[in-house]
Amino acid sequence: MTESIIEALQIRKTYGQLVAVDDVSFAIAKGGCFGILGPNGAGKTTTIRMIYGFSPLTAGVLRVFGLDVSHHARAIKARIGVCQQDNTLDPDLTIIQNLTVFARYFNIQKPLAIRKAEELLRFMSLDNRSHSRALELSGGMVRRIVLARALINQPELLILDEPTTGLDPQSRHQVWERLDNLRRQGMSILLTTHYMEEASRLCDRIIIMDQGRILVHGKPSDLIREHIGKDVLEISSPAADLRTYIRLQKMVFEDLGDRLLVYGNHDDHLYRYISNRFCPEGCVMRTATLEDVFLKLTGRGLRE
Amino acid sequence: MSTGILRVWQRNLDVYRQNWKISFMPPLLEPLLYLAAFGIGLSGLIGEVAYGDGKISYLAFIAPALLAINIMNNAFFENTYASFVRMYYQKTFDAMMATPLSVEEIITGEIVWGATKSVIATAIMMVILTFFNLIHYPTGLLLIPLAFCGGFAFGSMGMYFTGIVSHIELFNLPFFLFITPMFLFSGTFFPLEGMPPWAQVLATALPLTHLVDLTRGLCYGNFAKSFPLALGYLLLFSLVFYPLALTKMRRRLIK
Repeated sequence: MTESIIEALQIRKTYGQLVAVDDVSFAIAKGGCFGILGPNGAGKTTTIRMIYGFSPLTAGVLRVFGLDVSHHARAIKARIGVCQQDNTLDPDLTIIQNLTVFARYFNIQKPLAIRKAEELLRFMSLDNRSHSRALELSGGMVRRIVLARALINQPELLILDEPTTGLDPQSRHQVWERLDNLRRQGMSILLTTHYMEEASRLCDRIIIMDQGRILVHGKPSDLIREHIGKDVLEISSPAADLRTYIRLQKMVFEDLGDRLLVYGNHDDHLYRYISNRFCPEGCVMRTATLEDVFLKLTGRGLRE
Repeated sequence: MSTGILRVWQRNLDVYRQNWKISFMPPLLEPLLYLAAFGIGLSGLIGEVAYGDGKISYLAFIAPALLAINIMNNAFFENTYASFVRMYYQKTFDAMMATPLSVEEIITGEIVWGATKSVIATAIMMVILTFFNLIHYPTGLLLIPLAFCGGFAFGSMGMYFTGIVSHIELFNLPFFLFITPMFLFSGTFFPLEGMPPWAQVLATALPLTHLVDLTRGLCYGNFAKSFPLALGYLLLFSLVFYPLALTKMRRRLIK
């Protein structure tokens, strides 16, 4: 067993009647990227806010670097970097000042802070915007600067709350590339997301949460194999005899009314058989994804 | 604790230094406007005002009051509107809270910065008033530490409101319920002695009355008997509102 960087034992957070996090336990190993997935209101943000001391625990024990968050918030915060969901860049300051002023909160000496800030802006390909202000920049640039700022204290653990929400595909890939890079350098990363593609691409291990509880945890590939299989056969406007056939064959499927999802390890033979016999059109076989797992476990109802 | 407060204060100073040419103007121009309107315009009608055992010119009467008002306004404005913008719209405090800084350090740093704004404004204004020979030295130099004490008291009160208002328009309430009445009825533009007794009692409850009392004494170079009481009242004001501000802001920021 590798050393745990975060240990949560029966952590709980309530707001009046509302239970945001409901006796959750997990451990995150050092190194690698850990993802917390879940629909809106699942308790992802609350969970990570408890880790960086924004939300005191109602009950349970939460240890980061082996230190209890309820008693060692300052020592823990000195060793982590946080990218919050909101844009918290300081619009009163230039980009480089955003980083150096932030460095000062960590008591980093000015010459080192400037050197580090320039290095990080280069890493984020933003060194030509050092003297711009946050309001003049696009969403993607802002997110990269927030990321650069979170790295100013050379954190051992980087916490990101929905790092690419609201970004265009180009910017999203830019952020992913940087995070990949950091992970390869051995940094521990904890992120929340509701983009399955992001979780599959970046995370070594994930948990899926819903309504304050953990539904599953494991490696994305294992979870897909375990809950869905290898492939998904997606059939639009399925005929009644197809439904009967699938039921008789005892296949695992999900009926969405106008669409049928058949999960399993379909060899070409079965696929050809079904498509030839039941659906000459509108029959697609694709590789199972984390999104299938997610929707299967958390349901398809809207969370609003 | 202490370096954290300094870091927050330094952040505000960095921003101030970028805009210092604009930030300098109000404390420089405002007293000149007031001195022109009240000192020159009104003093012809009023002549002299009874103060202590003697009489002083109306200009000499209102000049220290202008200093006191300036101390109150700078800190109160900074820790209401300006702090609220940083907290609510700019999320500056949220970003700070993800660093080793604690909520207590952030809020104290903000209040100390508000008091610093009062000190800066007082120093600039003193230059103008000295030019008109309205400040007696060396006692006048004590106006600087007094500006900090007064700024801290009014800033704490402002920060308390920042901790409880749900949106920025609500600041109109403390401004017209507290600031404007104090501005007018704290022995600023007319002596309290001419007021009915009940109004005099009411005025002693206002912190600005005591601040004006102190600035007058220091500007004229005499330490009045009321000094300990006045200073004590400002201190009491800080002792009540500073912990209240911390409590309310902690509740607001940590969820």
